[in-house]
Amino acid sequence: MARRAGLRSVAVVYLLAVLLGPLAMVFYRAFGQGVRPLWVALTDANTVHAFRLTLEITAIAVPVNTVFGVVCALAIVRRRFPGAGIVNALVDLPLALSPVVVGLMLFLLYGRTGWFGPSLAGHGVQVLFATPSLVLATIFVSLPFVAREVVPTLRELGDEQEQAAYTLGASGRQAFWRITLPSIRWAVVYGVVLTTARSLGEYGAVAVVSGHIEGKTETATLRVQDYYENFNTAGAYGIAIVLAAISVLVLLALTLLRPKEGA
Amino acid sequence: MSIDARNVSKRFGSFQALHDVSLHVDGGSLTALLGPSGSGKSTLLRIVAGLERPDAGEVRLGGEDATALAPQHRGVGFVFQHYAAFKHMTVRDNVAFGLEVRKRPKAEIRARVDELLALVQLTGFGDRYPAQLSGGQRQRMALARALAPEPRVLLLDEPFGALDARVRAELRTWLRRLHEEAHTTTVLVTHDQAEAMEVADRVVVMNEGRVEQAAPPRELYDAPASEFVLRFLGEAVWFDGRLVRPHDLEIVLDADATTREAQVDRIVHLGFEARCELTLDDGSPLMVQLTRLQAAELELEPGQIVLVRGPGVGVCGELPHVVG
Repeated sequence: MARRAGLRSVAVVYLLAVLLGPLAMVFYRAFGQGVRPLWVALTDANTVHAFRLTLEITAIAVPVNTVFGVVCALAIVRRRFPGAGIVNALVDLPLALSPVVVGLMLFLLYGRTGWFGPSLAGHGVQVLFATPSLVLATIFVSLPFVAREVVPTLRELGDEQEQAAYTLGASGRQAFWRITLPSIRWAVVYGVVLTTARSLGEYGAVAVVSGHIEGKTETATLRVQDYYENFNTAGAYGIAIVLAAISVLVLLALTLLRPKEGA
Repeated sequence: MSIDARNVSKRFGSFQALHDVSLHVDGGSLTALLGPSGSGKSTLLRIVAGLERPDAGEVRLGGEDATALAPQHRGVGFVFQHYAAFKHMTVRDNVAFGLEVRKRPKAEIRARVDELLALVQLTGFGDRYPAQLSGGQRQRMALARALAPEPRVLLLDEPFGALDARVRAELRTWLRRLHEEAHTTTVLVTHDQAEAMEVADRVVVMNEGRVEQAAPPRELYDAPASEFVLRFLGEAVWFDGRLVRPHDLEIVLDADATTREAQVDRIVHLGFEARCELTLDDGSPLMVQLTRLQAAELELEPGQIVLVRGPGVGVCGELPHVVG
């Protein structure tokens, strides 16, 4: 018993020191100069725009990666095709690659001298220093999460239930919507939460391709940096709090919604 | 509806699961595919269901070529060893699934599900989830689910394999009764020879991807076509260069030309039956099955020397081409 209590207190202290301490510090700093500078910074037109841009990017990246992640997981687990192992490894690539490299990659593709840049510019499509590159960068870095959550769940589920559905007359589509998807729904939800968190918080790749144009291509995380460099600590910590609060709320909602294990 | 598999072969990687297998199942019959694991019996069943594609050969259902037909369109009900219950659905929704995907009217579905739940003795369990049922109840639910769309063929893959002995015996009897009422063509895969003999009209013994023999249970036991069938359908011992059933051997008091001397090693009492383990005069081991009464009359003791007589020519259990 004493040993278990000891272990538990080590875990709690560690969590306090590494997670909650810094988070508390952010709150302390944000409110350090009172509520007023915080309010001014958060209601600034460029800050509001930065939040809206981040939400727009997230609203595109999350559904795209959810569909891709589920389809990809089904392909990896259910279809025995040559190269499934390579696809499985490639899905992890964004986790292994530094986001800065992702940003530079987009430069190579869509820059003025890049592969697609000139021809797209000819059609009047601006990718770099505009919303499309921010969306592409965010999709790339948040790509693995849904697939990574769904693949092991699908493996564990096996395909007997789907086969039973086929013999009962269900089409592939009916089997997917009525059997497969409900069985993996919590894995999908977890993947979506992680994808959302990553999309909201992405900094490196977005920083490279954004161009930092206030009120145009500046996302919430870039706005934090902007404020910080201009010694507006209240503003920087204020945005940080809002971003952190969204993540905490999503996780909390998930914990409350999820049925208890074994129920 | 009759089932025909013609010259079916199937390979998984380097493992040849089926070698040119042909099988005929009469419409309305209850057939058991019997064999050890790896004999290809489940693969053959899955090919009939359309869950596997044969590398060669064809499958005909009711005389029509079904080889390229998807499982959805074969009109088969399939029951899996591990139930394959839809875990996120209630018992009622599980049973209704085959009717729901066919978009049958709600009232009809409700009536049919009630009828099936009564048939499998799960009335009152409709709102439970599979996790809240015992193994036997889950498998009965899976049976009701497979029967709901009124399949022309019912295929059961080791359906009672994961259940304990008492429940297994109960479900066996129940399946037999069900078949006598409905006469749906049924194929049951099992590795348990007692189960096959008890339930089926006809037993197909498989070994290493080939059919060894297909016959009614009694004929299989009395006239096995190979040493494998004889050994698989019950115990067999070598006696005087012949493979015989241990209950066809006799322990006798008077010596004659056909008897052999043996020493009793051990006597095991198994309720009605007693088994006597012996060593023959040439040192080879032997086992004789006796009734409890015979064992008592003989007053057998370990260490005792007794006389053993084999079955006469033409006696049940003898395998003509193994004689010698």
